[in-house]
Amino acid sequence: MSIFSNVQTAPPIEVFALTRAYNADQNPKKVNLGVGAYRTDEGKPWVLPVVRKLEAQLAADETLNHEYLPVLGLDAFSKAAVHMLLGTDCPAVIDNRALGVQSLSGTGALFVGAKFLQKILGYDTYYYSAPTWGNHKLIFDTAGFKQGRAYRYWDPATKNIDFEGMCEDLRNAPENSVIILHACAHNPTGCDPTDAQWKQIAEIMRERKLFPFFDSAYQGFASGDLDKDARTVRYFAKEGFELFCSQSFSKNFGLYNERTGNLTVVMKDAELAAAVLSQLTLVVRATYSNPPAHGARVVAATLTNKDLFAEWQDHIRVMSSRIIQMREALRDRLVKLGTPGTWDHITRQIGMFSFTGLTPQQCEYLGNEHHIYLLRSGRANMAGLNTNNIDYVASAIHDAVTKFPAA
Amino acid sequence: MALLNSSRRLGLSLRSVATPAAARCSSWWSNVEMGPPDAILGVTEAFKRDTNPNKINLGVGAYRDDNGKPFVLPSVRTAEKELVEAMMDKEYAGITGLPDFCTMAANLALGEGNRWVQDGLNVTTQCISGTGSLRVGAEFFSKFFTGPKVVWLPTPTWGNHIPIFKHAGMEVQHYRYYDPSTCGFDFEGAMQDIAKMPERSLIMLHACAHNPTGVDPRPEQWKEMSSLIHKKNIFPYFDMAYQGFASGDCERDAQAVRQFLNDGHCIALSQSFAKNMGLYGERAGAFSLICSDKEEAARVMSQVKILIRPMYSNPPIHGARIVSKILGTPALKQQWLGDVKLMADRIIGMRTKLRDGLAREGSTRNWQHITDQIGMFCFTGMKPDQVGRLTSEFSVYLTKDGRISMAGVTSGNVDYLAHAMHQVTK
Repeated sequence: MSIFSNVQTAPPIEVFALTRAYNADQNPKKVNLGVGAYRTDEGKPWVLPVVRKLEAQLAADETLNHEYLPVLGLDAFSKAAVHMLLGTDCPAVIDNRALGVQSLSGTGALFVGAKFLQKILGYDTYYYSAPTWGNHKLIFDTAGFKQGRAYRYWDPATKNIDFEGMCEDLRNAPENSVIILHACAHNPTGCDPTDAQWKQIAEIMRERKLFPFFDSAYQGFASGDLDKDARTVRYFAKEGFELFCSQSFSKNFGLYNERTGNLTVVMKDAELAAAVLSQLTLVVRATYSNPPAHGARVVAATLTNKDLFAEWQDHIRVMSSRIIQMREALRDRLVKLGTPGTWDHITRQIGMFSFTGLTPQQCEYLGNEHHIYLLRSGRANMAGLNTNNIDYVASAIHDAVTKFPAA
Repeated sequence: MALLNSSRRLGLSLRSVATPAAARCSSWWSNVEMGPPDAILGVTEAFKRDTNPNKINLGVGAYRDDNGKPFVLPSVRTAEKELVEAMMDKEYAGITGLPDFCTMAANLALGEGNRWVQDGLNVTTQCISGTGSLRVGAEFFSKFFTGPKVVWLPTPTWGNHIPIFKHAGMEVQHYRYYDPSTCGFDFEGAMQDIAKMPERSLIMLHACAHNPTGVDPRPEQWKEMSSLIHKKNIFPYFDMAYQGFASGDCERDAQAVRQFLNDGHCIALSQSFAKNMGLYGERAGAFSLICSDKEEAARVMSQVKILIRPMYSNPPIHGARIVSKILGTPALKQQWLGDVKLMADRIIGMRTKLRDGLAREGSTRNWQHITDQIGMFCFTGMKPDQVGRLTSEFSVYLTKDGRISMAGVTSGNVDYLAHAMHQVTK
């Protein structure tokens, strides 16, 4: 009798199942609006030129080796990542109260951070936006949090943020709750609070003693401007909050499969840094010992070299502006076609994703009938749109919406 | 920068001016206790501070060439250059990583053309090197194992085994392994302890080049262990971090794993490519479970993915691509087999030199274990006070348990080391 006899088949993860379905589809007009990876106007993945250049340099450099990184990662990388996020004029940075721990991309930073909060600080309650990135719950539940609660966020009626609902839910959160906040380009909705709304959120969190855990997966990728996309995290830091922020370099550097990320820790007291780092060290050591070197080397080299940095800033402007163009293009076409409903949210939203407002039925129809793949929640990857498929997608959406009017 | 330096000189005051709200508020972290320092890291740090020109670092767990320098395998350099030329994309790998990498890793361990991979009985996932593989394994056993949620580890074992399994929610027990009186394998003790284990227990076995002792069972001892473990319906989990690196021969170093499979065990296996391909920092490893049929393998695979997703979503590709390129290109694989033999031979050569050196120094102690043991590490049998003297009088750095990393021994320092060891043990 096998020890595995009682192992049940786990439910498939939707976004990967979607990609599998797309890959299996033979239809030449197929469009993948599922997984969140950037695509060029030719519908191809894009390895950033500065990344290619650096990878060639790294491979040719006979003085480089593959020795273990320290447990907390490549120091040059973490420092540069923290500075990129908070700005070098941030009081926490100046006071040595902002630490960086290299992580396995954004997921890894969230996991290590969540594990620390649960195991070392004993926190057991976390809040996530309704909706949020599909993996947030799994990460925090796996890290040992006992209670995961949603705070209201997306209002399908207005296709905007239910700000009153969000504030009420935060006001009712117990002290020491960990609140997962999207630094910019909210995934999956693309809707961010305004600066004024963030101020209010901060005040509630200060008053209720809630812990901010920012997820920053799109710095630079959202607006094309690194400082602009980081302004909310910087605001919280300047306001004296202690916080965690997970940073992913998957999208803004196109380093998806190298798992390059950073956990930024902002503390009030630099004297406590050593103890905090020592505990984070133990979490990392028991999970994967030390992080992979390759992606971190590429990012560190780019962020610390004036010319490479400028080159990279160009790349993120290219990516973010193409996406913004596609948003405008899609909205314009839907308006022109007279597609029932309002479509301003598409251009109001920002980042990789749009919460289109399409129903599960409409999404399923788009997949089966038109070979256009997006999540049942209506989340569409705007980077999957290009000048070749935009007309096709717009007509297909028009078809789906008119055939299956939302109730 | 100037602000930072001057604030350090002036103490707190400048900090409070810069951040009035922050300076005196109670922090969230005040109750965080300092974690215990890493013993091995401590050795390296002390070594770095030492100004003695004759100092030797025998704490390092990474291969060094005869000049004491890190070694990038020629096959790895070639593979990396070819990968750059191939201009591949950097799209997310699946949760379980590169399929080719997984197949090749499993075939390397189990043998080319082995029936388990051919029949699709292996669930193999790419992992974050050996540690990541063990953590995935530990999480799987913690969640799904129908035997006791306890892992039996040899005494001693790699230090990180314990926190990995504990973090995954498993208890840890120990079975006798190292015999300090012989500096060899306590076969009787191990067999007695295995016999006492409850049925359906989970036992961790080092496939070759036991870390930290360098002591491996002999083939006939492995056979007997396999038989007893099978009789007791105990589940074997192999940790193989040194395939090829131990004897210089990949097939030979995998014998224990293959013996158990041939004897009908379903096993778990963690593999690391850190040492045998010198890919330490690129974190290339694999975790495998051998299942009884394809349907079971599919169920198990689906659950393994769920375990991985919240930890890091999908693995880093760079190291795995290098491994795949090497294992998948016949000429490169041949070159790699040569590279790995070169490393193993240098270490075996240093063992011989050290043992001969001690004899030349006039030591009357039995140092046979130095050449009997295998792999990166050697359990010298020296006591903590002797180790202390080695460090303080001779600037030779090693861990308190008397373990030396043979990788730190070179033809340039082996005589000095033999001299020092003799002085503290005569």
